[in-house]
Amino acid sequence: MEPILKARGLVKRYGKVTAINHSDFDLMPGEILAVIGDNGAGKSSIVKALCGAVIPDEGEVWLEGKKVNFSSPIDARDAGIETVYQTLAMSPALSIADNMFMGRELRKPGFMGKWLHQLDRPAMEKFAREKLSELGLMTIQNINQAVESLSGGQRQGVAVARAAAFGSKVIILDEPTAALGVKESRKVLELIQDVRSRGIPIILISHNMPHVFEVADRIHIHRLGRRLAIIDPKQHSMSDAVAYMTGAQVPDGVAA
Amino acid sequence: MSDNENYEAAVQSASTEVASFEEQGKGLLGHFHHALHATPSLVPLIVLLSSIVIFGIVVGSNFFSAYALTLILQQVQIVGVLAAAQTLVILTAGIDLSVGAIAVFISVIMGQFTFRYGIPAPAAVICGLAIGTGIGAISGWLVSRVKLPPFIVTLGMWQIVLAANYLYSANETIRSQDIATDAPFLHFLGRTFELGGAKLNLGVVLMVILVAVLAYCLRSTAWGRHVYAVGDDPEAAKLAGVNVNQTLMSVYMLVGFICALAGWVMIGRFGSVSPSATTGTFGNIQSITAVVIGGISLFGGRGSILGAFFGALIVGVFELGLRMAGADAQWTYLLIGALIIGAVTVDQWIRKVSA
Repeated sequence: MEPILKARGLVKRYGKVTAINHSDFDLMPGEILAVIGDNGAGKSSIVKALCGAVIPDEGEVWLEGKKVNFSSPIDARDAGIETVYQTLAMSPALSIADNMFMGRELRKPGFMGKWLHQLDRPAMEKFAREKLSELGLMTIQNINQAVESLSGGQRQGVAVARAAAFGSKVIILDEPTAALGVKESRKVLELIQDVRSRGIPIILISHNMPHVFEVADRIHIHRLGRRLAIIDPKQHSMSDAVAYMTGAQVPDGVAA
Repeated sequence: MSDNENYEAAVQSASTEVASFEEQGKGLLGHFHHALHATPSLVPLIVLLSSIVIFGIVVGSNFFSAYALTLILQQVQIVGVLAAAQTLVILTAGIDLSVGAIAVFISVIMGQFTFRYGIPAPAAVICGLAIGTGIGAISGWLVSRVKLPPFIVTLGMWQIVLAANYLYSANETIRSQDIATDAPFLHFLGRTFELGGAKLNLGVVLMVILVAVLAYCLRSTAWGRHVYAVGDDPEAAKLAGVNVNQTLMSVYMLVGFICALAGWVMIGRFGSVSPSATTGTFGNIQSITAVVIGGISLFGGRGSILGAFFGALIVGVFELGLRMAGADAQWTYLLIGALIIGAVTVDQWIRKVSA
């Protein structure tokens, strides 16, 4: 089977710091691929190289077999790759609905929308509320409240809801449950499985081993800027994975 | 698995209601605070209305006359238009020190194109507007592509444009009579009309329409939301899918265009075209004052253009009111200085989300 998203020989250096060191990457259609690694292993960097936020110095990326060169996150988004960043990428002073539709606002039908470019706020608010409810974010009282008035977990929930609502080919989640409560994390995991059942593959970056082992089909272990191995969570234990990513142990078939 | 390990299963029966709370009595101050928080431009509006009332009491009924009140509008028309431009830049967390200089330079261009080259006045006005937009485009390019700080870019642009203005015009003033006889179209925005005993000119109408159009664009179009998002956090806006460079470029070009409009308003207001008009040096600080009194954050992303409009009117009310009361002109500056500090203090109080 051909990977839906494939990268070969990616390199990214910042001055003397190497963030990505000739790394490969493969995401299969319809799978949940977890990316794990130590702090500073370059997990976020490689994922940013795939979604246009970082332009790699070397290497190539293919989406559905076609070579792509994303020069900005907008390019990747237009190609159907939706990302939840660790920083969440939200404008604090703007409302939840404004943030969810940032860069893809809905316009009113008819004259007002076509000629005066008027936003269709009721439609945007209704859609945003539906998506939040699907995620179980019931503690948000007002869809028009500014994002800065939400708690950290609620903000993360809104960011996840945004990606899930608009991603059509690949959804990338960088630490989506780090700040979430028990109920919201559970909902995010359910949502991840729900998105997969719609046939959309997911890249999940997480430090939470139980969550990774619960939902992932394959686990990409990142170490020192490159892919160390891909393991099957059913054949390896959590302690194996931790040993591989910290360098305490080398997986079978990998030259040390 | 024991119950303890399976703790997450309990969320199956979690509440599915959207949270809502009883509104508790917040008292009069609380409601007031909430209203201010929801509509930040209320503060300058309240200051505006109360200053009109206070001057009305101090100065007497002369101040309430349609004549005096429309005189204020006429006096603030240039600053009002410049403040509209300044608002856009400040919302993107920038600042434009060249607005006044561009306005003067464009008024000179409109005049000289007509009188030196014999271009028909309407065409000269269009050339002026295009050149203003072009100057904005240069600043925009330097800010968005070369990534220079807006303060530096527009500080330089201020000097460059002002010097170009003197060099190009050879410090020559075009007299009002010559414009009136040879190119009356340049005076178009100075045309007056009666409205219920009040005398208004088209420059005031232009200012009001401009503010209304920009208020609509900022509030109800995607472009307006992007301007706020870019000012709030450019990195987040970029990752969320906003074309930050294009948004900044559009803002600076629009600002250049609006400053050029201000140049045309100047010809109507002053009658003559003079390269040494004080707007070139004072226009910047006056427009920034109006914006700050209007409650727009200098850090970007917060505030409304209506606030800046009210801010410009407040300055106008103080200037006229104190003059009619026979006070020394320095009192105006003293009170405006106090207002700037007061406006920012009130702004901090409103910002407290906990209210």
